[in-house]
Amino acid sequence: MSLSLIIKREFTAKVRNKSFIVMTFLSPLLLVAMAVLIGYLASLNGSEKVQVGIYDQAGVLKGDFKSTEKTEYVDLSAMSLVKAKEKASQDFEGLIYVPKVDSLSQLTSKVEYLSNDSPNLDFVAGIEDVVNNKLTKNNLKQLGFDYDKIEKAKTDSTIHLSKFSGEETFKEASIIKIVIGGLSGYLIMMFVIIYGNMVMRSVIEEKTNRIIEIIISSVKPFQLMMGKIIGTSLAGILQFLIWSIIGLGLFFVLSTFFNVQMGGAAAARPEVAQASQEAMQGIQIYISELWKLPLLTIFISFLVYFIGGYFLYSSLYAAIGAAVDSETDSQQFLLPIIMPLMLGVYVGFFSVISDPHGTVAVVFSMIPLTSPIVMLMRIPFGVPLWQIIVSVVLLFATFFFVVWFAAKIYRIGILMYGKKPTYKEIFKWLKY
Amino acid sequence: MKPILEVKNVVKQYGDYTALNNVSLQVPKGSIYGLLGPNGAGKTSLIRIINQITMPDSGEVLLDGEKLNSKHIAQIGYMPEERGLYKSMKVGEQALYLAQLKGLSKKEAKDQLDYWFEKLEIKGWWNKKIQELSKGMAQKIQFVVTVLHQPKLLIFDEPFSGFDPVNANLIKDEILGLRDKGATIIFSTHRMESVEELCDDIALIHQSNKLIEGKLHDVKKQYRTNTFEVGIATDNQAQLLSDINGRYKTLPANFKTLDEELKLQVSLPDGTTSKELLNYLLQKGDVTYFVEKIPSVNDIFIQTVSKR
Repeated sequence: MSLSLIIKREFTAKVRNKSFIVMTFLSPLLLVAMAVLIGYLASLNGSEKVQVGIYDQAGVLKGDFKSTEKTEYVDLSAMSLVKAKEKASQDFEGLIYVPKVDSLSQLTSKVEYLSNDSPNLDFVAGIEDVVNNKLTKNNLKQLGFDYDKIEKAKTDSTIHLSKFSGEETFKEASIIKIVIGGLSGYLIMMFVIIYGNMVMRSVIEEKTNRIIEIIISSVKPFQLMMGKIIGTSLAGILQFLIWSIIGLGLFFVLSTFFNVQMGGAAAARPEVAQASQEAMQGIQIYISELWKLPLLTIFISFLVYFIGGYFLYSSLYAAIGAAVDSETDSQQFLLPIIMPLMLGVYVGFFSVISDPHGTVAVVFSMIPLTSPIVMLMRIPFGVPLWQIIVSVVLLFATFFFVVWFAAKIYRIGILMYGKKPTYKEIFKWLKY
Repeated sequence: MKPILEVKNVVKQYGDYTALNNVSLQVPKGSIYGLLGPNGAGKTSLIRIINQITMPDSGEVLLDGEKLNSKHIAQIGYMPEERGLYKSMKVGEQALYLAQLKGLSKKEAKDQLDYWFEKLEIKGWWNKKIQELSKGMAQKIQFVVTVLHQPKLLIFDEPFSGFDPVNANLIKDEILGLRDKGATIIFSTHRMESVEELCDDIALIHQSNKLIEGKLHDVKKQYRTNTFEVGIATDNQAQLLSDINGRYKTLPANFKTLDEELKLQVSLPDGTTSKELLNYLLQKGDVTYFVEKIPSVNDIFIQTVSKR
């Protein structure tokens, strides 16, 4: 009875807040705007053409540097070296200098690249590739091989992936799994941080308002804490629902828009039609792969881990809120909460993606503080049921322990005013 | 009369610090009970125990002869010294919420609110947020919220602070009205004149121990010093003073009269009566003033607290 009242109050207080409304409807727009901006900036960067000079004293390499869309090679060998350097430093991005050598093999360590700014690594690797190719070809020729024949003998194979159960899978499936897993793990982290902070702020608010004493003369501190956590989480779920609806709507609008455009373009130019057909096939593969994933498992486990993880962390946030008098005092206690979350995301992105069933990934998907994030990233790759069960049981066992522990701190903390507690004092409260 | 609230041998410790050391109290039904004590004496700890905000380490608290349990939450109203309401919540909603937490149905809460808002002439505030109200206005809301669920035991911690004299009087009358309707009121304050004016019973807690408890006039009797303030008109004040000093212990007194008579506080030695003093003084001159000096609550408070 009291619990539902508290949940209702917390929920309405959150939802009616102006910043909630603004956040809910503005942040998808911001997200789209950001994506557009990033895309635009990236295309700007990519379309810039770079000119690079070549000064080839030996005249052996200049023919091997082929100009591309991004880089244009200009032969400056006709000038004197000093002049070529001057010109390159003024007008060009840089100068490739190939000195005169007795034998080609000496070039392995003699080619220089001169520039005003240090070049990017890909570019240097590109130059090295050209030199290596030339030298390898030359070596092969000296050893009596016909390079063209070797070229012809090379093959390009594609491995077809399929499961023992017989279904065929595509490489693209891995990308989808990474995206889905990464997205759900990341969402949980964001939700925990944003809404955990909200719980903490609302506890601090009650403390500084001094209404806390009136409330807990009517209800148990535990009820108040749980009501706060549940009410706030409902507000969060509502926000995500609104976002999903906006997202889906946006998706449909965009896809119809693109379809119409593509159709129009295809009618006008056959080669575009060809390209768009290929693109469509690609998209179809992605979609069919998406449907092959254990979507129901993903969805259910998202909910389960979401509830477990959020409750675990937000009861810690509530305890911190109860222990301090203002948000600024909370920093030192927040670090131990943020760290496992960050760890979860990093472990997820680095070790799950490279090896979803490796030891590191498995262990971190069992540890309750990181499991909501790491396990969710693993699930699209297929996780044995027993692992999920162990991890969920551990998560909820820890959750009950932490709630009990947080409730003790909370009970004492909300009545303590005026001084900033230390870890030692908080530990003492546990014994009251 | 049977006490409504009995506190029996309550001990409360925070770590090494003892906040309440074996405190027992009896609050008679229908009384206004003054809970006095200097800052940090343990009053708030006791009040929190009565409100079931914290538990005593040992001892027990009985309400109407029954050990405190969750049912009693609805029977107690508490106005803490540190007032607090949700700043950004509307007055009406907030009062409804707090009343419902105390176990009232929405309908009951609404009816009670209408009654009190009408009575305190604050009907127009329903849709205002607390942050739009002045401190005194918010105090009124706080009072309403405290009494809304018609508790049989009301605990007020410094109820008059923050009120102007007009509103303080209004609230005082409301408190007396509630008492007349059968509620018992525990009243914690440092303003001794309101204790003097309102309380039937008092208890004094100092350094975690209860030092005094009882009916106000019994306590006063206990602390009477057999001292009389006298005024005598005479021609030779110096002669008279030395004569009186020969028989009694005196101190200069300070009370208001019309003439320039000799004003003294005279302490009677044990075994002598006021009659003897008066007879003696009548022989010496015109007695214009003769009053037993009754210890004020303030005197008792200071005397007890500084003695320790």
